[in-house]
Amino acid sequence: MDVKRPDVTRPLTRRDVARGIAASVAASAWPRPALAQAAARVVVIGGGFGGASCARALRQIAPKLQVTLIEPNRIFAACPLSNEVVAGLRELTAQQFHYDGIAAEGVNVVLQAATKIDPHARTVGLADGGSLSYDRLVLAPGIDLRFDALPGYNEDASLKMPHAWKAGEQTILLRKQIEAMDDGGLVVIAVPAAPLRCPPAPYERASLIAHYLKAKKPRSKILILDAKDGFSQQRLFEAAWKDLYPGLIERIALSQGGRVTSVDPSTNTIITDFGNYTAQVASVVPPQKAGHIAEIAGAADNTGWCPVDPVSFASKLVPNIHVIGDAAIAGAIPKSASAAQAQGKACAAAIVNMLSGKPPDTPRLTGTCYNTVAPGYAFSQSGVYQPKDGLFAEVENTTSPVNAPREIRQREAERAADWFKTITVDAFG
Amino acid sequence: MPSALINVPAKAKRGDIIEIKTLMSHIMETGFRHTATGEVIPRDLITGFTCRYNGTEIFRADLFPAIAANPFITFFTTATASGKFEFEWIGDNGFSEIASASISVE
Repeated sequence: MDVKRPDVTRPLTRRDVARGIAASVAASAWPRPALAQAAARVVVIGGGFGGASCARALRQIAPKLQVTLIEPNRIFAACPLSNEVVAGLRELTAQQFHYDGIAAEGVNVVLQAATKIDPHARTVGLADGGSLSYDRLVLAPGIDLRFDALPGYNEDASLKMPHAWKAGEQTILLRKQIEAMDDGGLVVIAVPAAPLRCPPAPYERASLIAHYLKAKKPRSKILILDAKDGFSQQRLFEAAWKDLYPGLIERIALSQGGRVTSVDPSTNTIITDFGNYTAQVASVVPPQKAGHIAEIAGAADNTGWCPVDPVSFASKLVPNIHVIGDAAIAGAIPKSASAAQAQGKACAAAIVNMLSGKPPDTPRLTGTCYNTVAPGYAFSQSGVYQPKDGLFAEVENTTSPVNAPREIRQREAERAADWFKTITVDAFG
Repeated sequence: MPSALINVPAKAKRGDIIEIKTLMSHIMETGFRHTATGEVIPRDLITGFTCRYNGTEIFRADLFPAIAANPFITFFTTATASGKFEFEWIGDNGFSEIASASISVE
């Protein structure tokens, strides 16, 4: 009987490498090759961009692995481009994907919620009472909205003041509210402090709603109440607003008293430290945390997010568990679909190495996000990230120029559509 | 956008405990930082804040480098009479701002 030793994944530090002791550390820290030969079992929880990409990559790199993807929803609704659904420029069906392609590649897709994790027995409990064993578990649960963090805002309130921060019914609800609004109405978007999923999305949302209002309800206004002072691609957004939507979008930043302290869904009122705002449509994005299963696994710390080793994505709190995507504390990497996808693939490679007794390679991840402010007008930001001091640091950044002719914006809008196709084919086949 | 934000309840009952909120836009430069070329970035702080209620000082704070930009100061007091709250911020480089708000106490 081969007794498995606890494979504590000690992260390699720069100092180890400098001293030339990396080889000896690795030899003692990774499990023996024997484990890999017995068709190791890897379970991935969460079928979003991170989890789906990870499951596919695992099978592609190591076809002998037994890979299971656990996901409660039969249909996945992608968040990127979903602000276009809010503004009536796109249908939700264009955002929807299923798991047949992943199953066809030999991934065992289990359409159920994971409800329990026993890190010692290395088992995952399912909603139907079943259970799955794993050698390595990948958590890709995305975000949960914190319905305890903003006074007045709970799940019921979200039916009145949609966050639309998970694509699907909420996206449609917000769209219907905007379509039903009278001309001259006030749309308020409440933005939480970092960290949040898709940092530039509130501003893209404001832009695209402005596009709709300018054409259909030109006396209306948008107010962004922001718990942050600066935001991603701020100069690009502000230049676009001035250019396309003068006087339509107002933003109150943190230092101007923009932080929302409570909401009253009965009157659609949003309250800051220095003012009350009654909205015709209120999109309230509450603070967020890692998906609940991460908490159940013990992989989330008191911030609500999951600390990981940036080389292997191994949880710093629970052995044999990796965390990828929005749920992970990944330093400079934004919580975005494409970054989650890059993490999923890198994590798959790391797991395959570790299962065959090799140390994981140091990943170099690219994350890209496109922001569309009007049809045919988009810009982008792309970053390259590498581990540094236990987190990911940004080593390269390419952002669209602030002063660029409209042809460039047009070309970026076309590229945004290609990019969406690429990341979704990459994740779901 | 004014540089000072004040939130004082417009009305209160005599004896009520009321919350007062203030926010002053200010860089709060510590004087401990250096530029890329090694020069010290000169200190620029708000150093003092006071609040008077109908002429009587009811709250005062000294501010130091550890206080973040755009100091947000909130405190409580008892509503005793109708009248005026006056706020004053002073700081480095002759910084001086005032603001006021009225309350009606029944």
